[in-house]
Amino acid sequence: MKPSGQRRRSASMFLRLLLRAALRQRQRTAAALAAMTVAAAAATAILLLFTDVQAKLQRQFRNYGANVIVAAKSGQLPPDALERIRRVLVGRGQAVPFAYVVARTSEDQAVVVAGTDLPAVRKQDTWWETTGWPVSAHDALIGAKAAGLVSASKPFELSFQQRKIVLNPAGILRTGSSEDSRIFIGMDEFQTWTGVPASTVEVAVSGPAAQINAVMHAIETAVPDAEVRPVRQLVEGETRILGTMRSTLLFAAIFIVITASLCVLATLTGWVLDRRRDFAVMKALGASNLTIHGFFAAEAAALGAGGGVIGFVGGTGIAAWISHSNFDTALSPRLLVFPPVLLGSIAIALLAAAVPMSLLGRIEPANILRGE
Amino acid sequence: MFVRLVYESFRRQRRRKLLAGIAIALGVSVATAMIAVANDIGDKVSRELRAYGANILVTPQDDTLDLEVGGVNLKPPSDGAYLSEADLPKIKGMFWRNNIVAFAPQLPVNATVTGQEVTVVGTYFAKRFSYGKQEYVSGAIKTFPWWKVDGTWPADNSEDVLVGERLAQRMQIRSGSQIPLAGKLHRVAGILSTAGAEDDQIVAPLPVAQRLSGRTGSVRRVYVSAITKPEDDFAKRDPKTLSGAVYDRWYCSPYAQSIAYQLQEVITHSHAEPIRQVSQNEGVVLNRITGLMLLVSLAALLASALAVASGMATTVLERRAEIGLMKALGARRSAVARLFLAESVLLAVLSGSVGFAAGSILARHIGLAIFGSQISAQPVLLPFVLLIAIGVTFAGSALAIRRAVSLDPAYVLRGEG
Repeated sequence: MKPSGQRRRSASMFLRLLLRAALRQRQRTAAALAAMTVAAAAATAILLLFTDVQAKLQRQFRNYGANVIVAAKSGQLPPDALERIRRVLVGRGQAVPFAYVVARTSEDQAVVVAGTDLPAVRKQDTWWETTGWPVSAHDALIGAKAAGLVSASKPFELSFQQRKIVLNPAGILRTGSSEDSRIFIGMDEFQTWTGVPASTVEVAVSGPAAQINAVMHAIETAVPDAEVRPVRQLVEGETRILGTMRSTLLFAAIFIVITASLCVLATLTGWVLDRRRDFAVMKALGASNLTIHGFFAAEAAALGAGGGVIGFVGGTGIAAWISHSNFDTALSPRLLVFPPVLLGSIAIALLAAAVPMSLLGRIEPANILRGE
Repeated sequence: MFVRLVYESFRRQRRRKLLAGIAIALGVSVATAMIAVANDIGDKVSRELRAYGANILVTPQDDTLDLEVGGVNLKPPSDGAYLSEADLPKIKGMFWRNNIVAFAPQLPVNATVTGQEVTVVGTYFAKRFSYGKQEYVSGAIKTFPWWKVDGTWPADNSEDVLVGERLAQRMQIRSGSQIPLAGKLHRVAGILSTAGAEDDQIVAPLPVAQRLSGRTGSVRRVYVSAITKPEDDFAKRDPKTLSGAVYDRWYCSPYAQSIAYQLQEVITHSHAEPIRQVSQNEGVVLNRITGLMLLVSLAALLASALAVASGMATTVLERRAEIGLMKALGARRSAVARLFLAESVLLAVLSGSVGFAAGSILARHIGLAIFGSQISAQPVLLPFVLLIAIGVTFAGSALAIRRAVSLDPAYVLRGEG
């Protein structure tokens, strides 16, 4: 057994060798470190974007509105259905109720009138283009096609089963779809006027397909007498586009990491060739192949670790910039990404070092030192 | 002499040149693939977004109100205006015809099946028709990609129908069974599942619905699925208020609005309007995804540039002894630098071309693997890519060469550089 002092001295010697090697060959070290950093930064940025972009795009997709429809199996939903659904949703999405009747105008024209939660609709159906939103009770939002039937400036009268209501036009609605033929009023006025409860609740659930399914099941249990169905158009489109995005990102990540690793390989090979003389001296002074390999592996690992750390910081910066410039939102840095990036960098550095290391083993100190 | 030096250098250092060449070729191929992908991504993503279905709805101009609640039409069947089916092939004759992915007409009719009131919707499934010399296939299969059929899709000239999932369950109809419609038996080709209103309806070839309603040659509305450009303020302008050149620019931009406007021109007495839920959000999502992809491609480009530059730097550094020898033999710094730069440019052009070819293949595979359609690197890209390759190689070697030529030959030759 070696005395502890000697061991400490040999350890400090080892460290000094490492440090001196890095300092003496500043340009080489910088090049290798730069390559390592790029690989690690790319990996970090892509890993961060992978998780984050998905969430961000999902938020974008929610602009398409409801992706789950809860409809009555027969006629009407139970009166507390909306509350039960909202209790299931808490933090996972929004729900907007709709009730419909066919009413008559004063000229005895039929028109579909819908009662809904107007502020909630405004938030959920962002594509509704209106000239103004209802603010007070008895304000109505009139679909562009329905606007031909009623006055767009003066209060007008509608009747449903001999019960009359007077509404103020607050704005014209344009969606390019069936809403254009309807008149929308607040749920409370609608209920007092017609007494007809909601027949559908449109639910916008955020999150991946699994969460949407889970929420659908939860709603099914909460409101057993309703039919819960996905808006397949949206759910399928979304899954498909997210899948495409993921594979494109993955492809780009693989390319970047491969090119950067090759870069590391080239630099490390050059490094070994440059330092043949150093290793020859070490060998001539009695160092075993194992020591030299260990020494070189330690240097490569240190490079990898250094590149990993700088790359993680840089990659987080890049991801934050992409996230900010493209999605206008901040990126939440994830420390969870750090260990795989660090370990991956070290692994790549060691892998890249394996080729030049096999060259090292063949070094004949006598030949090198003689200058051949 | 100069040419011979370059030639000899390539001949003698085959392995080293090959390594550097591989680095450049790899970098260039990644760059080519990424540029090709980025160049095409807008188009590809907007095709992907067509998964959301139709984004323009064409209705008769003097259309009365829809009285539709929960997919059930409450309007008397005689009511309302119609479009002429004969106008539909003209859609493929308009300015933005290549942006029309598919369209599907609809003609809803109320009918009675075994005592139950149901809506029968007539449409195209995959109807073949020709406009001019070209053949097109269009219909519900492409317009509504989320429609699923358990069984087979009916042929457009057949009497077969599809029955919505829920309706089929209620009436205990299976695919293959026969249902009576207006005194005639129709085979059920399949059970349709859309998770929408169609689940309670019967979907039939257009002629069947036209016969049921007695309206030969008419359709009620047309759903159009078009590739559009994201909406901006210019898109929202009213074409009637635009003058000359501005109008032309508006007309010739593939906005949902201008495509709708052109649809109105080819289909007589029609009113076409973008379905805002689809068209507006499409623009937003498209912008975000394209932006993201461009940024990611930029990152890949930078990485490949770095790979090329560092590869070059390594090769130059390895040849310091050679440089020392040349200088010792009396070569000027500029002569040495010229030789090395010429070598690296030659290397860049050679391996850049190889890289471009490899990159084109790569782009094609990416296109097929991710988007299911081809992405081709335009040959126009070649000089551009080569220029980048030369520039990056130049930059990568210039720094190293500058350092190498400034070294004292005596030290270098002694092996102490």
